[in-house]
Amino acid sequence: MNELPANALPNRDTPTSSARGSADSTAAFAGQSVLVAIHNATAAAATLFALNGVARRIVVCTPDLGDDARREVARRAHVDMVVDVPLRSDARHRDHHAHCPTEWVLLTSGTSGAPKLVVHTFATLTAAFASSAPPVPNMVWGTFYDVRRYGGLQILLRAWLSGAPIVIREPDESTGDYLRRAGASGVTHMSGTPSHWRRALMSPDARSIAPRYVRLSGEVADQAILSALQARYPDARVAHAFASTEAGLGFEINDGLEGFPASLLTSSGPRGDEPGADVAVAVVDGSLRLRSMRTALRYLDDDTPIADAEGWVDTGDMIERRGERCHFLGRRSGLINVGGLKVYPEEVEAAINRHPAVRASLVRSTHSSITGSLVAADVVLQPHVEGEAACRREIVDLCRRALPPHKIPAMIRFVSALDVAATGKVARRA
Amino acid sequence: MSVKSAVIAQIRQVAEDNGQGLPPLTDELVLLDSGLDSLSIAIIVARLEETLGVDPFSDPGADETPYPVTLGDFIRFYERAAGERIAESGYTH
Repeated sequence: MNELPANALPNRDTPTSSARGSADSTAAFAGQSVLVAIHNATAAAATLFALNGVARRIVVCTPDLGDDARREVARRAHVDMVVDVPLRSDARHRDHHAHCPTEWVLLTSGTSGAPKLVVHTFATLTAAFASSAPPVPNMVWGTFYDVRRYGGLQILLRAWLSGAPIVIREPDESTGDYLRRAGASGVTHMSGTPSHWRRALMSPDARSIAPRYVRLSGEVADQAILSALQARYPDARVAHAFASTEAGLGFEINDGLEGFPASLLTSSGPRGDEPGADVAVAVVDGSLRLRSMRTALRYLDDDTPIADAEGWVDTGDMIERRGERCHFLGRRSGLINVGGLKVYPEEVEAAINRHPAVRASLVRSTHSSITGSLVAADVVLQPHVEGEAACRREIVDLCRRALPPHKIPAMIRFVSALDVAATGKVARRA
Repeated sequence: MSVKSAVIAQIRQVAEDNGQGLPPLTDELVLLDSGLDSLSIAIIVARLEETLGVDPFSDPGADETPYPVTLGDFIRFYERAAGERIAESGYTH
């Protein structure tokens, strides 16, 4: 982020609104709702900083969003202007807390397939590290995340506020290419999901980096990946963090073990002036609750509150306490996290149920040591249907036409009946 | 079926499901250069667990063994895990 490439930046975007960004001034964006639709991650990052404190709202688009989906997001976010050429400003020298409190709208996947629009501010996005320790000398950040996703944006902002350089991964850059570039830039602090890291460890270029700090977030980190990373990078501190786009960063665990210590559970609220005590953690009805200044304000066009009246966010992550350690059991909603990509079972079931031979289906998560989870389906066929192998092929074909690859069931099991809970709904949790 | 042929069969099956071609499956092939993404590798690992009964990636005791980089490493990763399983079961009988 500290250096923009000198050559012209690739821009695969077409303007989606009547107004186009101008590369030489941010004045035109003052008080506007602005969608940043720049494919190049480094250029997009510079543009976000240029707009902060100027625009009323910044909609941070991820590069995987198609034209139609982006137009729909622009409509929902009442976007006045679409920026598809990079902006620059002397934003680095501006006090980002003093100006127009820009809304930062982040995209996260929703039940219907349309993204949810989550409203943050610069203050909520940086609350976890705004007053943190002085920068470590020669620190260079890297992240496998796209910097427009919450996990990547956290690293971008952290680096930027501390003045440390960051090696930004471009959307089409392979794991190996990125590792080589990060290594050549002397990366010391590197973040990614457990799935990112598993892929990195399978790359010959894993040796290109020698990080002092290895961070995992976005998915549950199991002991196997924590141990494998410590073995690969013996001099690194291996930490895993719990965070979500809505709740923000909850906590970071540094003892090299999966789960988190029960001593983290508190009943008190945020105490802002006490370092490390600015977030409260609780387990209520089996699910993890967080309360902090890092929580998003609201959904942009959805009245569902993110936090309750007392500021607690129900993360929906189910926790089991075993002695003095708390372990993650999965999602209450049945939401499946395939390598950091969310899958709502209902959308996969809807695709499967279109097959005429299918009477009912239940889509669930099955553990994967590579992507954390995979999609599995239990399918009940109509009576007297023969030929399970042919049905399986047809169901997969049907899903392939309707869904992106990570949502296609990796396993299909034919069963005679599904469990139905007392609510009359299919029992999602065993 | 040998561990090696089970591994090769699953790789070919997943590539075929994806409608993608594969480079020659030599021991030296770097897995990440095979065109298989993380999702494909996850599916291969899940199906191998069904056929071979082992998942060397999920064994926290395997931290001495580095992650496999080439196809040859990957096959040996499974051969070792499958061998250990047979040795363990032999020991208990």
